[in-house]
Amino acid sequence: MATEAKESTKSSIEELEFNPHAPLLEVDDLHVEFRTRAGVVKANDGVTYSLGEGETMAIVGESGSGKTVSAQAVMGIIDSPPGYITKGAARFRGVDLLALPEDERRAFRGEKMAMIFQDALSALNPLFRVGWQIAEMYRQHRGTSKTEARKKAIELLDRVRIPAAKERVDSYPHEFSGGMRQRAMIAMALALDPEVLIADEPTTALDVTVQAQIMKLLADLQAETGMGMILITHDLAVVAEVTDRAAVMYAGRIVEQGTTKQIFRASYHPYTLGLMNSIASPEQKGTKLIPIPGSPPDLLHLPSGCPFHPRCVYAQDICSVDRPPLRDLGDNRKSACHFAEEVGTGAK
Amino acid sequence: MGRYLIRRVLQFVPVFLGATFLIFSLVFLIPGDPIRALSGDRPMPASVQQALEARYNLDKPFWQQYYLYVAGVVQGDFGEDFRGREVTDIMRERIPVTFKLAIYAFTFEVAIGIAAGIMAGLRKGGFIDNLVRISTLIVISIPIFVLGFMAQLLIGVRWGWLPVSGLGDGFKSYILPAIVLGSTSLAYIARLTRTSLAENMRADYVRTATAKGLKRSRVVGVHALRNSMIPVITFLGVDLGGLMGGAIITEGIFNLPGLGNAVFRAVVQQEGTVVVGIVTFLVLIFLLSNLVVDVLYAVLDPRIRYE
Repeated sequence: MATEAKESTKSSIEELEFNPHAPLLEVDDLHVEFRTRAGVVKANDGVTYSLGEGETMAIVGESGSGKTVSAQAVMGIIDSPPGYITKGAARFRGVDLLALPEDERRAFRGEKMAMIFQDALSALNPLFRVGWQIAEMYRQHRGTSKTEARKKAIELLDRVRIPAAKERVDSYPHEFSGGMRQRAMIAMALALDPEVLIADEPTTALDVTVQAQIMKLLADLQAETGMGMILITHDLAVVAEVTDRAAVMYAGRIVEQGTTKQIFRASYHPYTLGLMNSIASPEQKGTKLIPIPGSPPDLLHLPSGCPFHPRCVYAQDICSVDRPPLRDLGDNRKSACHFAEEVGTGAK
Repeated sequence: MGRYLIRRVLQFVPVFLGATFLIFSLVFLIPGDPIRALSGDRPMPASVQQALEARYNLDKPFWQQYYLYVAGVVQGDFGEDFRGREVTDIMRERIPVTFKLAIYAFTFEVAIGIAAGIMAGLRKGGFIDNLVRISTLIVISIPIFVLGFMAQLLIGVRWGWLPVSGLGDGFKSYILPAIVLGSTSLAYIARLTRTSLAENMRADYVRTATAKGLKRSRVVGVHALRNSMIPVITFLGVDLGGLMGGAIITEGIFNLPGLGNAVFRAVVQQEGTVVVGIVTFLVLIFLLSNLVVDVLYAVLDPRIRYE
């Protein structure tokens, strides 16, 4: 009985009319708001981006910019209440996920899209063995037998380069090191060969040497499987190293978008420029880092006009009145700044 | 784990000695002469009194009384009451009643309490949540004897649904007392489960479970619930011990011949041997149920290991 039910949910997403020519993932004008006692926070205020096969896209921004929320909305794991998706679409090969009934939505998770989280210690259930938690993917989605699922869990642990996977499969999360826990998370996410992987600050909680190993593992696995990957991070060094394209978010909107190369060569938004100036690099040895003045905006009381204007060195009168839309600057790059051209060409 | 268990069981010895000593001295300190009270208003011949005092060691100094008592207990002799009945016989007769009452009350409070807590915790702020919060608050604020008499009056006498006194109707006789006895704990269990589950539902690993594409029933039932049960189990351990001994009022109201009733009567009549025997037994039950809880912890949460 239970197995039949499982198979029927799986086949129900197989029956959906996917368009093989449509982009792998297309997020269109996504609006997410959090209704709190203090007021309504627009965590995502019209977010649009798309992700192709084998592509890695970075979503960059400071805490509270809405980067995690946009990913959670796509996965369908926003805590509701207080979070609500009020508008927009998230299309997977042309099928709008947000319009699907919850049962099909659920079958998507793990099967087609997977997510890994910042803190693997709290993201893994402390009471169950790591192998069991990985095997659960096969058991619940595919109805695989216990022994078979366990075998696959060992294979996966091996694939994410956990030494002595055979013995480690029966360990509990607290018996793993930080890096191994994140590897186990990755193994769990990759169990069913998803086509989209969302990595939400996968290395923030790890120390630097381990960070590099995990990023390398993710890049290798992506090359192996050809999945599309969204990397949510505030670490520009990581963005430069592994991503093809980047979207910079500020106060719930994308303020700049382009290929990673383009953005690192010349930023067309003062916020991105500020982020670039505040990272240390060997070339700038001896010069001072320039932090972005002010502090991240209060999402309950966003500044009028462009929400970045109080911190912006390019700000003019218009900026406090008129919120600039995300403009196409040609050559696939976009910026939401009235003075994008001046910023990009360094006119000031 | 084995060594841990042995150490815990060995700890029972000093607790047993301490408990018996404390209770023994308290009974000794009760004002009044239990022997003289036996004959009521009529005078008691001095020879009878002396003979009785000698029989129950009441003529000896306190230390010697205590020593003789403990020496008897170690040999399995818990002494006898003033009517010449062995305390062990009294306990043998009373324990099943109290045990049954406690187990029924426990089953009732666990089943309903956890179910109510889950429903409330899943939709915090919803209708069921408010219903559970308000009704449990009411139950917690009402003293158990008020609840007992009210239940007796309404359900037993006015509507005649269930027996109100004694054990004449077998299982049916236990229903009302068990509900009254379990009600307060039920309220605490419901609240604990609610808070704990609501908190765990926001935990990262529950979000992971959802992101894994698991059914909601599995996310809640397997991933969130097991973590939520840890504080509830703690409460249950203390509570089970409490149910065994705390039934004095309930057994009194419903006139059930259990341990609580016997202890109450013995205290009034200053029957030291009965009081000390029963209370010591209850202390041991309490220790045992706490030991079971500590072992359950380790079963439930792999991060807890005992050496």
